Amino acid sequence: MKDLTEDDWDIEITSKNDVFDLKLRDVWQYRDLLLLLVKRDFVTFYKQTVLGPIWFFVQPVITIIMYSVVFGHLAGIPTDGVPMPLFYLAGTIIWNYFADCLTKTSTVFRDNAAVLGKVYFPRLIMPLSIVLSNLIKFGVQLILFVVLIIFYWLKGTVIIPNMLVLLFPLLILLIAAQGLGLGMIISAVTTKYRDLTFIVSFGVPLLMYTTTVIYPLSVVLQKFHNYSWLIKLNPVTAVVETFRYGFLGKGSFDLELLAYCCVITACILVAGTIVFNRVEKNFVDTV
Amino acid sequence: MRKVIKVENLSKAYQLGNFSTGTISRDLERFWARIRGEEDPFLKIGEVNDPSIKGVSDVVWSLRDINFEIEQGDAVGIIGRNGAGKSTLLKILSRVTSPTGGSIKIKGRVSSLLEVGTGFHPELSGRENIFLNGTILGMRRAEIQSKFDEIVDFAGIERYIDTPVKRYSSGMYVRLAFAVAAHLESEILIVDEVLAVGDAEFQKKCLGRMGDISKGEGRTVLFVSHNMDSVRALCNRGILLNNGSVLFKGAVDDAIRNYLSNSIDEQINTSVSNVTLNSEVVLELFEINKAAIISHEDLEFTIRVKSAHINHFSSAAILVYDEIDQKVAFFDLRCKALYEQSDRTERIEISGTLKNLPLLPGVYKLAIHIQSVLLYKDFMDLIRFEVLQKPLPDDNLAYPLHVRGRTEIDYDFSIKQGLF
Repeated sequence: MKDLTEDDWDIEITSKNDVFDLKLRDVWQYRDLLLLLVKRDFVTFYKQTVLGPIWFFVQPVITIIMYSVVFGHLAGIPTDGVPMPLFYLAGTIIWNYFADCLTKTSTVFRDNAAVLGKVYFPRLIMPLSIVLSNLIKFGVQLILFVVLIIFYWLKGTVIIPNMLVLLFPLLILLIAAQGLGLGMIISAVTTKYRDLTFIVSFGVPLLMYTTTVIYPLSVVLQKFHNYSWLIKLNPVTAVVETFRYGFLGKGSFDLELLAYCCVITACILVAGTIVFNRVEKNFVDTV
Repeated sequence: MRKVIKVENLSKAYQLGNFSTGTISRDLERFWARIRGEEDPFLKIGEVNDPSIKGVSDVVWSLRDINFEIEQGDAVGIIGRNGAGKSTLLKILSRVTSPTGGSIKIKGRVSSLLEVGTGFHPELSGRENIFLNGTILGMRRAEIQSKFDEIVDFAGIERYIDTPVKRYSSGMYVRLAFAVAAHLESEILIVDEVLAVGDAEFQKKCLGRMGDISKGEGRTVLFVSHNMDSVRALCNRGILLNNGSVLFKGAVDDAIRNYLSNSIDEQINTSVSNVTLNSEVVLELFEINKAAIISHEDLEFTIRVKSAHINHFSSAAILVYDEIDQKVAFFDLRCKALYEQSDRTERIEISGTLKNLPLLPGVYKLAIHIQSVLLYKDFMDLIRFEVLQKPLPDDNLAYPLHVRGRTEIDYDFSIKQGLF
């Protein structure tokens, strides 16, 4: 057996922490866990229910019916000439994905304190599993969206998707990164100060109204031109707009806005990971 | 042997009390100190972790400057009183939390079992939970697949493998959970007192399995327990922690002896002197030669009684009581010499040997019975000693006390060899 020298050690545990070391190698080692956690979330979602995975559809369907009635017919907010259900569904599934990632990630330490306090695995696995399991939910809802497009297309409504559909993977990446990044920042702070959880619980639904989920950006530009930058400031807006424009062929596409969105998203993600990394080592003592 | 764990100057401070208003300003102060490159202002005033003393500062050192090394294949028992820092040490070793200072270097994969069934989801079936729990503990999926049958077999739950674990009895749940953990392949296994679960039979199986891991497979085991019998059975090395620092490290028997003499200090006392029995009689000395014996060992005693004037003794005896004050033995000290000696002088000294004590492990109290002209009484709980478990052949584990009756009888046996 060879003699050990000082640098032969596999693991070194110290108080110091390199915030930029994401331990991605560790995450890769634990990829099976990541997949099983996603599977767990998916399976336990509909265990002991009669309708099973159909519940994934129920929520968006009822939501778009409500939106069509309240915002479409009652308030009369125009939808850029797109059939109302399609318009709302496009915004809703994107927004829901973002909101689910954000709220779930923001409480990740607290929700999983029992496991995280007993076993080591790369903590990043937990938020990643949240993003992935919500991605499955998003995928299922996307099927609903496509079915609805085909339905309207058969009915004779003119819906012409364009080349921007190809940006779809980028959009998913952006929205996931935003939810994950913001969620991680909040999760890090809430291990010590619970105050932020209250803000999240009422802030996220309100934040939806600053995104172009129930109204098109064109209406904002037209009615509140001076304040439209506020809506554009929200990085989710660019994603929703581009998604809608790509799939439905209506609305607006602003390359500058998308570029801005990419930059902001990158910043959020980097900040989130750094903060998360700082906290993960000792959160057990404070959570 | 090569070293697989090296712990250097390891320290861990905890903040007591609540995190609430005031923490944010303190955090800002810390942050400011760090920017200027100074030490954390709130750690300077930390103190030793002694729960019984009310401290001035609300920072407490759960571990302070711990140093030790562990070699490959060692089974190390970490012992100490509650609050000695055992759990903190395990948490840091298993990377659940990080130290405040110092470092640990580890060679190989580490699996920690601070509790059984971490991450079990009640809605999932036994099969699904084996995979989930296994991957949480660091196994790869293929690894679990290849050991799946073994795990199910060890737990003994074949019939229920596709039933959600929420319908399991608590015993089945624990068995399944331990079965997964028992099949971990990591080079270093860290185990907290998880064995305090399940029935006696299963506990034995668990300890046996852990013994295999360290002795048979040459892997390193760190084991925390309050049960000295399991520590002795399982470990060859011991580390004794006290108030956050290492009090002793070395062979497990020495560590346990050290711990016992330390922890039962208040409980065990091998001699008393000058006890006033009544206004005219004094127990000058009552002592035994050992604080702890192994079952069937001998114990030597001395009793010296002084009376104010000539005091005829008609009887004397030593009584043995167990921890719950049940009388377990009686040693009659009556003899002609006692009567005659007590008629001649005020001082009586009796010494002798209690032979082959057939006592179960535990703490025992000695009492004296005196029947004399000036005094007729029993004097309870004068001194105490401890009986330790006798090692069993072939590294077998001792059965728990409650199934072993009241006495430990010396015996011999053999198995007839060959075919007949």
